[in-house]
Amino acid sequence: MKHALIVGAVAVALAGLTSAAMAQSRDQIRIVGSSTVFPYTQAVAEQFAAATGNPAPVVESTGTGGGMQVFCEGVGQDKADITGASRAMKKSEFEACVANGVDNVTEVLIGYDGLSLAHTQSAPDMSLTKAQIFQALASEVEVDGQIVANPYKNWNEIDPSLPNQPITVFGPPPTSGTRDAFVELVMLVGCATFPAIEALEEGRKEEVCERMRQDGPFVEAGENDNLIVQRLNADPNAIGIFGYSFLFENSDTLKDVAVDGVEANQETIADGSYPVSRPLYIYVKNAHRGVIPGLNEFLTEYVSEASFGADGYLSERGLIVLPDDQRTTVRDAVANSTPMAAPAK
Amino acid sequence: MALADTNSVITDRAASAGLRRRRYAADLRLRIYGIAAITVAIGMLAVLLGTLIVGGAQAFVQTHIRVTFPVSAEWVKADDPAAGNWRNVVRDGLAQVFPDLSAAEQREVVKVLTNNAQFFVRDAVLANPSVIGSTITLDIPAADPYDQLNKGVITRDTAEENRRLNDQEIQWFDTLVERGLVSKPFNWGLIFNSNSRFPELAGLKGAIVGSFYALLVCFLVSFPIGIGAAVYLEEFAPKNRWTALIEVNINNLAAVPSIIFGLLGLALLIQTFGLPRSAPIVGGLVLALMTLPTIIIVTRNALKSVPPSIREAAFGMGASKHQMIMHHVLPLALPGILTGTIIGLAHALGETAPLLLIGMNAFITSEPGGVMDAATALPTQIYIWADSPERGFVARTSAGILVLLAFLIIMNGVAIFLRQRLERRW
Repeated sequence: MKHALIVGAVAVALAGLTSAAMAQSRDQIRIVGSSTVFPYTQAVAEQFAAATGNPAPVVESTGTGGGMQVFCEGVGQDKADITGASRAMKKSEFEACVANGVDNVTEVLIGYDGLSLAHTQSAPDMSLTKAQIFQALASEVEVDGQIVANPYKNWNEIDPSLPNQPITVFGPPPTSGTRDAFVELVMLVGCATFPAIEALEEGRKEEVCERMRQDGPFVEAGENDNLIVQRLNADPNAIGIFGYSFLFENSDTLKDVAVDGVEANQETIADGSYPVSRPLYIYVKNAHRGVIPGLNEFLTEYVSEASFGADGYLSERGLIVLPDDQRTTVRDAVANSTPMAAPAK
Repeated sequence: MALADTNSVITDRAASAGLRRRRYAADLRLRIYGIAAITVAIGMLAVLLGTLIVGGAQAFVQTHIRVTFPVSAEWVKADDPAAGNWRNVVRDGLAQVFPDLSAAEQREVVKVLTNNAQFFVRDAVLANPSVIGSTITLDIPAADPYDQLNKGVITRDTAEENRRLNDQEIQWFDTLVERGLVSKPFNWGLIFNSNSRFPELAGLKGAIVGSFYALLVCFLVSFPIGIGAAVYLEEFAPKNRWTALIEVNINNLAAVPSIIFGLLGLALLIQTFGLPRSAPIVGGLVLALMTLPTIIIVTRNALKSVPPSIREAAFGMGASKHQMIMHHVLPLALPGILTGTIIGLAHALGETAPLLLIGMNAFITSEPGGVMDAATALPTQIYIWADSPERGFVARTSAGILVLLAFLIIMNGVAIFLRQRLERRW
């Protein structure tokens, strides 16, 4: 009899669990996406929950590409509402979204992020041009008009004015939006300065410009930017590539490597003179607005002056704020749920 | 003959003494190898614990600043206190400590307190509305940079331009210290707060509750299924090729890398059955798959260790097979089963990889209300903290690991206690 009771209790508990699964309706906002946008979304989520008393949004850091995959799975209670991206949505991703019924999406530009190259404080100051960075990190480079496998092992082999130390650069893996932005903003620009590469035919040229070297000097360090910071402190020769917020938080142990002679700081990134900055976006499923409680209020909080405005709490976290008129445009787009057009590429 | 015998005994003695020495030397060597091996193992453990304690100790205390806030009726209306302008209340509180600051400096000095100071004041006033119109004195956590300064992580010798705090900000903090407003009590928030993006407020409550729910689901699923499977295999199953195959597979399952179970959970539970991402129920089911083979193996061993005389005595008294198992064998095997189950659950508590795949590494500032709510677990919370840019999270990561280790030690302690108190020896 006693055992029958126990068995019964377990059965009831299990049945309870499964029926709860069926009747599930969600009152929390679900956000996925880029690890670069994550700290900003985190800040808005916490402020939103503390200030309004709404249930705390669930923010997951999946990387830009991973976030797009989850976001584009479809429309419904069990699908994500918002994804963060450290680059604009690609055409292929938009098409995947539309194929799954996610055809009404608002694109929200929240600000800019500087991509910084940094090394430890004890290292001598360094300044690199984009062409030099390309020569240090590409798998194939131009030497005397010929395209050859990258022969450079030390910085001074690229340019005698650079220090005589081995090239060691920690950077993000291909799944990361930071990597896409780095390739677009640095590698492509750097490679355009070499006439023999410029003269190559279409497909081959992209291959040379975009492929990072695999023979040691460039190390893919995973999505964990703190790990890169620790390795930089351990190795004074190493240079790391990550979002500006990590340099900002660790400015007592790290300093930046100037790119094209411009140092990365709040002013140079905001006024556009620092050449490696990128836009940050969030994408919102309009079909979920008005269905998921609190979603509209959350978005209003995200694009309020107190948040992404000039002295807002996102700028305290390292976000480079949009100019005034652009902020108004963004706010209108959010208020009107303006659907985005298909991206060109 | 006798003479020859004596001689041979003498040479034998010399030879056997040599042999004995070699045997003793071999014994000694083996013992030294053993001691060396244990020293290395203990040394590694000591280094691990040492770095964790050195790194994490700071996170167990938290700098607080005592401020008296004037709750003026101008900012907070008595009929709707929740909608008050709490930012201004906080500003006024600090303006009383630093009366001679410009408006811009006032905006800066507020950052001595955690960004959520306004919500601390709001909640304190809502709990005690009679203070509206008078003052309220609260100990508010200091913002992370000041906390790090107080703990010596940010040093004053660093050049000002490389320091997170400038000289003016350090001077403000020193003023607070001089007036005795700064305290450094035990950081209960580490256990009783949920996660936050501000290190000074971040705590493990959400992760502890999430881990509890996940383990509850894991236990409810794996314990009955594990015992059922073990009882059948041990007491009923015929010994043939099929049961041998099942046995081999159960043993193999125990060795499958846990990330595989995470992939299974993602593909089957979330994408096919539509269970919510990040929910403890999915985490618990995945962990149950992982602990199930352990429980089956442990239960079978416990059943095996019940002597056959008990079974025969039960049959001899006319008990049926069902009565023999339920009334005699299973109760006698239960201490062993429980011990194994607790150790299996402790293993599941520390598991990270499958939880990352099913999204239990999200940022959530409230604890889950049930098994269907999004949650984190202790190991994934540590993973999130390890990946955060703020300096305060470095110490919190180590502190989180220490808390997780404490839970593991408690669970293993309970298992040892149960084994010693309840286990029957024959």
